[in-house]
Amino acid sequence: MNYHTQFGSLASYRKGGVQVVDDDPKHYVFSNVFEVASKSKPYEKVCVGMNLDYVIEALRTEGDSPWFAAPHDESALIMDGEVEVHLIQPDSPLTPEDKEGSVMLDGEPAGKKMGWIKARRGHMALLPKGTAYQFRSATPGVLLLQTIKGDHTIERWAEICQTA
Amino acid sequence: MSTATAVLADQSADQSADQSQDTKNLGYQTFSVGQFRFERDEYFAHIFYPGGRHLMHIEAFLRALMRDVGWGFFYGTVNFDNVLGTLNHYGTVDLFIGLLNEAYRSTNRHYVETFNARDLKKVFEAMLDDWTNEGFDPYAAPDETGVPFGPKHGNNTKALKRERIVAKRMVGLPGDLGYRTDEGGQPVNRQFLDVPQDSPEIHAEPGFEGQVHAFNMFAYTSRSDVTWNPSVVSNVKDSQICATTEEHMLPIFHGNDRVEWFIQICDEIIWDIQDGKTGRPRAKVIMRAGDVAAMPADIRHQGYSPKRSILIVWENNDGTLPQRYSSGQLKPYPVEF
Repeated sequence: MNYHTQFGSLASYRKGGVQVVDDDPKHYVFSNVFEVASKSKPYEKVCVGMNLDYVIEALRTEGDSPWFAAPHDESALIMDGEVEVHLIQPDSPLTPEDKEGSVMLDGEPAGKKMGWIKARRGHMALLPKGTAYQFRSATPGVLLLQTIKGDHTIERWAEICQTA
Repeated sequence: MSTATAVLADQSADQSADQSQDTKNLGYQTFSVGQFRFERDEYFAHIFYPGGRHLMHIEAFLRALMRDVGWGFFYGTVNFDNVLGTLNHYGTVDLFIGLLNEAYRSTNRHYVETFNARDLKKVFEAMLDDWTNEGFDPYAAPDETGVPFGPKHGNNTKALKRERIVAKRMVGLPGDLGYRTDEGGQPVNRQFLDVPQDSPEIHAEPGFEGQVHAFNMFAYTSRSDVTWNPSVVSNVKDSQICATTEEHMLPIFHGNDRVEWFIQICDEIIWDIQDGKTGRPRAKVIMRAGDVAAMPADIRHQGYSPKRSILIVWENNDGTLPQRYSSGQLKPYPVEF
């Protein structure tokens, strides 16, 4: 038998939902990353998961992103599209050691080019602690960022989650 | 009858005394731990405790026992069914009958004993090994394995030794968890033959090899030979992305002691949600590709995956969380809006 694995994309997704028996659907903070990205501006860091300070952000990848850096590892999981990840080892630290979450930089920082990654759906890229990174995508796509809540994390739960 | 107790049991004498007994001459050993006694026959596990006897279908019992052993009692509660389960205190473990069942509690018919986690795991491992027959793999989907029934015949010790694997930083980095490959005996699962196995392009400048890193996480997960067994693939401090393949049903109701999150990568899982303390139904959560949902800290859940699917279980491994949730310092819901 041939099985067909159903992934989602910006162009095609079928959202599930919460069927309440005796609860409030808001307790499940239910959203869909493709729906969120379809309504986001490029590289808005929209929070779709929050576990105290830790977050999962959904980013619409389209064009070149700002440069970012974080004082801890992050990971990027491509959910749709093709994304380049460019990495620079900065000449000097770009974020305080005790800062959490990613910081948006003023343009490309001075430093050594570490290389770049071309990633497609299902690929997970390491954004190493202390490095600067930029996403580049010729066509719209979606990635999930595993990180810590930062200055640019956007919370719009009432807009993205099932409420009734 | 009042059987609710909480004792740190020294079960070593009982364990050694009873393990030599066969159950009804079928070849299976009987196991005792504290005041609990476990027997199996061709179709059922029988759990005897002071004041009562509980019974489970042997396949359901072995599948649940496999997760409890493989996960080291996991986060919070592993409910084998709506009566029997374990509650992890990270060092000690409660083994209980009816502790989280509304009827058993209201009639004071629940029973609890507390064990050293290492000691209970040892008994469970021995029971799992003795009661699992040749050809049956309790980690595998039903369509991929044999049946556990009948008199004792052989064993499947190798399959039982698989434990929850954990990447220190990210799969594929030098010195970290390696990739799954055909050569390593981990082929793509029969239901994931259409999952692309391509690799990301890595263009590392000289001196940065091993630091510029990416891997195909979906392909890696498509090669998992176990179901309902999350393995850590990437970390941000205590934030753990755990990838798992799901087929048929989660053989336990998991009652977490903290909030966890699910991200459905492909296909569909339907979750039954019950109240963590009573088992009363609270919701069903239907998750399809791209859906994200929180599992509150006060519920228990059991999932059903008609086709093999990929799920991300996102955990917070902070060891202070159980106490902070149980004390009420943290609300059971991750976000208020």
